[in-house]
Parts: sequence; C-alpha cells; structure tokens
Amino acid sequence: MKKCIKKIAFAGIITLSSLATSDAFAKTEIQWWHNFTGRLGELLNEQVDKFNNSQADYTVVPTHKGNYSETLNAGIAAFRAKEQPHILVVFEVGTATMMSAKGAIKPVYEVMAESGVEFNPDAYLAPVKGYYTSPEGKMLSLPYNSSTPVLYVNKDVLKTAGLEPDMDLSTWEQVDEAMTKLLASGNTCPLVTAWQSWVHLENLSAYHNVPFATKENGFTSLDTSLAFNGPTQVKHIQKMGDWAKEGKFIYTGRRNEGGANFRAGECAFFTESSAGYAGVKKEAKFDFEIRPLPYWSDVEGAPQNTIIGGASLWAMTGHETEEYKGVGQFLSFLSTPEIQSQWHKDTGYLPITTAAYDLTKAEGFYEKNPGTDIAILQMTNKAPTGNSKGLRLGSFDQIRGLIDEELEAVWSGDKKAQEALDSAVERGNKLLRRFETANK
Amino acid sequence: MDKQVTFNNRYLPYFLLIPQVLITAIFFFWPAGQAVYQSAYIPDPFGLKSQYVGLENFRFLLNDPYYLASFKTTALFSCLVTAVSVGAALWLAVMADRIIKGATAYRTLLIWPYAVAPAIAGVLWLFMFNPRIGLVSWYLGLLGYDWNHVLNDNEAMGLVVVASAWNRISYNFLFFLAGLQAIPRSVIEAAAIDGAHFWKRFWTIVIPLLSPTTFFLLVVNIVYAFFETFGVIHTITAGGPQQTTTILVYKVYADGFVGQDLGSSAAQSVILLLLVGILTIVQFRFIEKRVHY
Repeated sequence: MKKCIKKIAFAGIITLSSLATSDAFAKTEIQWWHNFTGRLGELLNEQVDKFNNSQADYTVVPTHKGNYSETLNAGIAAFRAKEQPHILVVFEVGTATMMSAKGAIKPVYEVMAESGVEFNPDAYLAPVKGYYTSPEGKMLSLPYNSSTPVLYVNKDVLKTAGLEPDMDLSTWEQVDEAMTKLLASGNTCPLVTAWQSWVHLENLSAYHNVPFATKENGFTSLDTSLAFNGPTQVKHIQKMGDWAKEGKFIYTGRRNEGGANFRAGECAFFTESSAGYAGVKKEAKFDFEIRPLPYWSDVEGAPQNTIIGGASLWAMTGHETEEYKGVGQFLSFLSTPEIQSQWHKDTGYLPITTAAYDLTKAEGFYEKNPGTDIAILQMTNKAPTGNSKGLRLGSFDQIRGLIDEELEAVWSGDKKAQEALDSAVERGNKLLRRFETANK
Repeated sequence: MDKQVTFNNRYLPYFLLIPQVLITAIFFFWPAGQAVYQSAYIPDPFGLKSQYVGLENFRFLLNDPYYLASFKTTALFSCLVTAVSVGAALWLAVMADRIIKGATAYRTLLIWPYAVAPAIAGVLWLFMFNPRIGLVSWYLGLLGYDWNHVLNDNEAMGLVVVASAWNRISYNFLFFLAGLQAIPRSVIEAAAIDGAHFWKRFWTIVIPLLSPTTFFLLVVNIVYAFFETFGVIHTITAGGPQQTTTILVYKVYADGFVGQDLGSSAAQSVILLLLVGILTIVQFRFIEKRVHY
C-alpha cells in the first residue's frame, strides 16, 4: 500500500513538472500527416526543422502514415473520430474526393487570408495551380510535390544494340523502330513503365489533346463520364498490347515495380514520373538520359502538354484559429523559392512556383544536369486545353484499379484494346454515378 | 446418479451468461447491425452526408459480373487453401508423431510460421517469387520456366494459396499432433498384432479417430480463408491480374478502405455474413454427421 502511494505521488510530480515545462515553451503544435519515406522523408523532415527553428510560436510535427492511399484513409478515419491532423497530404487522385468534402476541409485561400500571410495563387505554375483550383477560381489546397511522366533512356543499352544513343525518340514510331532493333540484337527488356494508367491513358489523352472524361475531364461538373475509349487511346493501348506480345514491352506490375529493372540496367526505355530521377541517379551504373514523353506523330495537335501527378496539402476543419495561423505560415514557408528549388533539385519534382523555377535556372542547375527541366517544359509548352488541365474524377483510386485490371487483360492477350477500354469506361462510369449520388 | 450440474439459484445461470452475451452483442451484433444499416445508404467518405438508396447497393453488386465472378474465385481459393493447409499439416503431424529423437525441435520449427503475420508472410513469398528479382523465379528461369504472376492468373492464384496455407499449417499441425497423441497406443498396437500395416492402420484407425479434429479444422480453415487472408492478397497481387485473385473479403476491404465506397462495402459484408452463415449450417448439418466423437 505504501509503495502504491509513493508511486502515485511520483506520477503526480512527473505530470506536474511536464505541465510546467510545456507551459514554459507554449508552442502551438501543428500536425502534418504525410506519406514520404526514405530520402523524401528525410528531405521533408529537413524542411520541417528549418521552419521550426525559424520562429518561436509553432512546432510542426510530421507523421508518416503509409502510402498515398493509406495516408488519405488515415485522414478520413481520423476525421470521423474527430482526431484529424491540421494538414493532410492527399495525392492528385483524391482531389475530387477532398473538394467534395466541404465540411471536412478548410480551403487554403481561406487559411492564408485568415493568417494574414501574403498569398498570390498566380505565383504557382499554371498547370499545377489549375489542378487544385475550384471552378470559381479559388485555390483549395496547396501544391506540394508535383511531377509529370518522362522517358528515361539507358544510353549504354542503345550503344550495345548498335543504335545511336542520341537518336531522336520524340515519337512512339521512332521508339517502336528502336525497340525492333533492340529485340533483334538480343535485348530482353526494351520498354518498362511505371503507373500505367497515369502515363499511358491519363497523360496520353492530355498529351494528344483528347478527352479522358467529359465535362473537361470532370473539372466543370460531377456528372462527368469517362471517354478514354476513343481512337487515339485505343490505338496506343493496342500497340502496347502488340509490343507486350512481341516482347518489346515488359509488364512488371501496377505501381513502379519496373524501376528496379531499369535501374539495374536491363531495360532501354522506362516511362516514369520525373520524380523517379533521384532514384535513377543514385542507383544507375550506366549512362542515362531524360527525354520528353513520346507522342504519336499522326495525331493532330500532339504534343499538347502533360498533366501532373503527386500530391497537395489540405488543411482540415475543426481546429483553433490560432492553429490555422501557424498552418498558414507553414504553408507559405513551404512555397518560398528557396525551399521549392531545393526540393525540385533533390527529388525531380517540379518547382511549383515560377520564382523557384527562375531561381533554379539562375543557379545554372539545368545546364549542369541536362534533362532535369524537360518535365517543366513538357508540361508548360502550350496553354492547357479542356483536355489537358488535369483530371477531377470521384472514386478515382478505384477507377484506376479497374483500368489496371483491363490493361492487364490487354497485356496478357485476353482482350483487344477496344474491348478492354470499353469495359473500363462502362465499369468506371458506374462508380462515377455512385460518387455523384454520395455527393448530391 | 444425476451427472448434470444444477444451480440452486434461478438467476445465477443468466448472471453467469451476461459477460459472454455482452461481448457478443458489442463485438458482433452491434457492428453487424451497423453493416446492415449502412448497406442501405451511399455515404460520402468523411461521413458528412449520406443518401438513402434502399437496395441499390445490392442491385449494383449483383449486376456486376466481376462481383459474381469473385464468388467462384472465393470458393476455389478457400477449397485450395483448406486442402493444402489441412493436408500438409496432417502429413507433417503424422511424421512428427513418429519421430523419437529431437521431437521438440522439429515441433517448434513447424509451429514457427504461425507467428508470422499474414501481410508479412505475403511479402516474404512475394520476394521469393517476384517475376524480375525473385530468387525462386530466377531459378525457375534457369530451368526454362518463365514465372510471371503479375500476368498469369494461375500462377497468381497458386502463389496466394501457398502463402495463405503456409501461414496456417502450423496451427493445424498443433491440433493434429494433439489429436494423434490422444489416440490410445493399445488400439494401434492391437491392429499391428492383427497384421495391419501402417497405411491400413492409418486409414481405418487414425483417420476416423481424428475426424473431430479434422472437422473442427475444416470449419476454422474455411473461415480463415474467407476472412483473414486479405493481408496476403493485398501484399502479393492486390487482387490481380485482372480480378482473378479478388476474393470476397478482399473486395470488401478494397472498396471500403481503399475506394472509400462504404455503402457497397457494407452491402458486401452483409452478403458475406449470410454466405458464411449458410456455409456453417451446411457443415454442421451434413458433414458433422460423418464425424465420430
């Protein structure tokens, strides 16, 4: 009994003293849930440390919550339990879901206005800004990491196959020709890809200025329907199916599994996000080069521009005014040219503001690292059209899943491209209608 | 003599039942009721608003050929997992039962895999069989076999079955071993004296006497295959290629927790609940009759 009382007294003292210390350093905590691991996680923590040391009022606490889908789900579950973080990383696929969740999110333009920090949406690159801006022109979330697909080329493999490593690879016709020669020379992995739906359907559509979905890819209203079973997409997917049969295109999985093969030096071409740059640069023991994503030369208006992938930061409702002030300051800190330029150079993500791009350019980074500006040029080379602003579709994580399934049917030769894409459109439209019902 | 235990107090038995009833009510009836309730709605992911749709969620599911196909997939998957895990465990238990030297070491090693969580088991098998960097697929390549479970549905199914069953063999092994050791030596020795060789004794004495254990494991393993294998499937195939390894419970998980379509997910849970109920009734009414206690 005596022992017990002692223990309780001791616990009491600890509690009191910890209260005292936290009082002495009364900093407001800002919770930030994210999905970044490995090198990206380290870089993110550096940014947070820099912010925390730069002022005395707020402490940002970053927490890793799994991959993109898991982070979004953690945020949703936490909101239902009323324990949501202040800032949540949501990948571009979840954008429509977040935009429709009016009571759960606090739009970034509001946060910025209330916290009194300077905020000019026009400072952001137009294609990036457009993705996260409401039809009324208000910016709802803050772009953080944005990338776009590019073509990685293993020049050593091309040389071995007797090809000119600097050959023109702007069009798929040229890539096809090169792959025929690669195959003939005994290469077993001419082409791999990451994120097949994102690169070979979503970006393909924007790049060739054809709709992925009606109503400007869902930007103007919820009653959008999928439209990616048009002739351009069917032709491309059928070609890819033929390449898979001939052994030119090697399918490695739904995510970015193919990166391992490319980085190991087996493959000649790899279509992957510009943010794959850090990994390739670190591991590749061969001469590689970044090229613009190829296009089909017989499609009029191609190449248009590619669209972004990646994530943005959403402020969630249910916190104190004082805390939102900190959120505003932190978000504005993340958009400063220095932070963005560093993030861009380290990771291959796009510099999301014009100022960060100019800063990187002025430093001479692009001359020293050829190819690192290709993603930006490819995304900004033309003013975006209704087909190339981006995608805003509900239940899109699920729709990507069923697109993956249908594409697998083409790669294995079970279905023709037209049949598979028709089926994907039909199945996806059912999900869009359910999403519309849920958000009436 | 009356062997039945009797209570003097009329209320005591009910009182003693309360904890179990409470647990069942809180952890089973309440969530199951919630699932039934939610299956009539299409809610938004954040729980901010919800549309009443009646039976629309069920109509949506039953009109989806992929959902109907996943019944077949589930049946095949559960049968294979149960057959492999029960069969392998029985074989190992019979072998381990005959070992005299180092029996404890063997048994401990055989029980080990049970400590591995399903998702981790999935990752282990995925690493071995990864089409491009896996060790086993590399050796298969040397033998001239091109392993690619991301596109070949039979290979994908084989892999998830083996990974799920492997995880379960230890559990089954424990029960079979205990069952074997409970069989009186004298019965087996008597049969041996009568001239029955090993297989004769196995089929006519061991198998019938093990039937209560086998029946129990059959029920438990089917329930396992139905409900607890989504971790393995999620890590190895994510339901692919196409939807050839999407079993019902994986779809509940994927639609609910990845797709945030909670209405459809709830409706699927209700269907699954009915299905398992029917399955259990069938097992107890028809198969149990052939069990000797």
